[in-house]
Amino acid sequence: MSNYNNEMVEKFRGNFLKEVEANVEEGDWVKMCMQCGVCSGSCPLGPHWEHPPQEIFMLIRANKREEVLNSSSMWMCTSCYNCIARCPRGLPITHIMHGLATYAKRLGLAPKQQATAKFAQLFWDNLVKTGRVNELKLGLSLYFMNGIGEGIKTSLKMKDIGLGMLKTKRMSPMEMLGGHGCKDAKGLHAILKKAKEIEEAKIGIHGA
Amino acid sequence: MSEVIATNQTILVVGGGISGLTAALEAAECGKQVILVEKNPSVGGRVSQLYKYFPKLCMPSCGLEINLRRLKANKNLRLLTMTEVTHVEGDTGNYTVTLKTTPRYVNENCTACGECAKVVETEFASEYNYGLGKRKGAYLNHPMAHPQRYILDARIIGTPDADKAKAACKYDAIELDMQPAETQLTVGAIIWATGWKPYDAAKIQPYGYDRYPNVITSVEFERMADPFGPTGGKLLRPGDGKEAKNVAFIQCAGSRDVNHLAHCSRICCMATLKQTTYLREKYADDFKSTVYYIDIRAIDRIDDFYQRVQADTNITFTKSKVANITQDKDGNPVLHGVDTEGYHRYSNPHDLCVLAVGMEPSVPKDGFPMSIKLNPEGFVEQDPANGGFFAAGCSSDALDVNRAVQSATASALRAIQVVNKVAGMEG
Repeated sequence: MSNYNNEMVEKFRGNFLKEVEANVEEGDWVKMCMQCGVCSGSCPLGPHWEHPPQEIFMLIRANKREEVLNSSSMWMCTSCYNCIARCPRGLPITHIMHGLATYAKRLGLAPKQQATAKFAQLFWDNLVKTGRVNELKLGLSLYFMNGIGEGIKTSLKMKDIGLGMLKTKRMSPMEMLGGHGCKDAKGLHAILKKAKEIEEAKIGIHGA
Repeated sequence: MSEVIATNQTILVVGGGISGLTAALEAAECGKQVILVEKNPSVGGRVSQLYKYFPKLCMPSCGLEINLRRLKANKNLRLLTMTEVTHVEGDTGNYTVTLKTTPRYVNENCTACGECAKVVETEFASEYNYGLGKRKGAYLNHPMAHPQRYILDARIIGTPDADKAKAACKYDAIELDMQPAETQLTVGAIIWATGWKPYDAAKIQPYGYDRYPNVITSVEFERMADPFGPTGGKLLRPGDGKEAKNVAFIQCAGSRDVNHLAHCSRICCMATLKQTTYLREKYADDFKSTVYYIDIRAIDRIDDFYQRVQADTNITFTKSKVANITQDKDGNPVLHGVDTEGYHRYSNPHDLCVLAVGMEPSVPKDGFPMSIKLNPEGFVEQDPANGGFFAAGCSSDALDVNRAVQSATASALRAIQVVNKVAGMEG
């Protein structure tokens, strides 16, 4: 558990809805949900969610903080926007799901083995290094995400596609050595650092 | 059209449905001069299209008959059918109103013998039955239509059908050269009883009203249940004519939805509960019905009715706003969603799916022939800025018949106060 998490538990003691309204992107919409269930019924991944959106909204209002933040549910959202299009109260459900996922991650409560969360982290780490996505490295890190054994198996399975891409110059093996980047990677790092400071000040992370 | 005499002590009532009839009759029976205009060929409005009323399950024809008798007996009331208000000018107590009358092509000689309808061949979708079934190009809207005068559809004028109708008429009632007429009147107050229309169900894309023949609206179901309706009172699927014995009702179809009508239409819950009783009436115990709802809003004394329906074990209530509808190979609508009581996912096939569509004002927001204060949903506000304009019934809000009639009486009293003031000033 992070300090930030303890701070938030302390600050919003017993009122998770208030916490969501204050800290989650579009969180102040949660109270508008009237539990009609159209979002859950409309979600193409609905049957695979632990808690569909409308159940998440109810859990938030029922103060089930850990159950919501530890859940893998909001990480399942593929941003198809079916729920937003159909919600009779106009809740930006997709955005709330991403907001909750981001918040859970920030608190250190996001499920550790959740594939979407892992991929998102890999993508981010890859991108910020040079300011450009290194597809070769990203692809490989994705293959080896769940260990060496699975990584080798997946690499062999994708071998032909990889070779084909090399042959047609869609992928360069030189990318393994550093790879291409944006003009001013140092400047980008400075921008991101500043953005992080501003954001953390806004949500009140102190020495997280 | 014969001369209509009106002064600034006259009350104009726009719309001859149950609210307009009530407002006009109440004012006329208080001794005021009233002009009632109706854009359709006959009065009675949407109430005349109902099979039964809730919660007493009695026939609307009964109350309508009483009102028609009052109307025929009253010398203070002048009825103009097929007439619309095109322009209003002036101020409280002194309005100049322009009326436009479209030709009926049938004059007062008509005895409603029906000979013209027998010879006319062209048929059109029946407006009275919401497009279920057809009617002739010469027709009477329904057996109780008032005035009891046939009408020729403007689309047959100039065709051999029109000449056939004229030749068949023994009373010289058909005038094929009848022209639209414009009239100007002075009135003191105007009651807008312009009513409601069912929300266009095709706009609710996931429910496929425009794609699946066995998804219908509650108003269509109501016509089907009526013995004088297009199916003779049988509940038949429009897709294949099969009897519908497993019927789904979807509540809030278009209502309480920011994508459609933001307001609660108030009547649909009770209308659905009423319509479930039609199934028991037709099939005794041999039926099934499921009501998909967000929450049932049967308030006050009508809660008893809800409890009676709940006690029927053939009727299931599923707390869920249906997400979407598909169709299986037998033409059955399949409803998909999540039952929020327990979060059970369902895909339920039914014979027929009835969308309990919402009420929206008949007149669109920019459709009034003068400026008038409306609320965001398009219903007429009770606002001092509206001067001598008053709303009766569903032009003021989504109301059931009971509340519409109360609202109509209230508006009649308000209009009477305006013309009384005018009378007082003129001594």
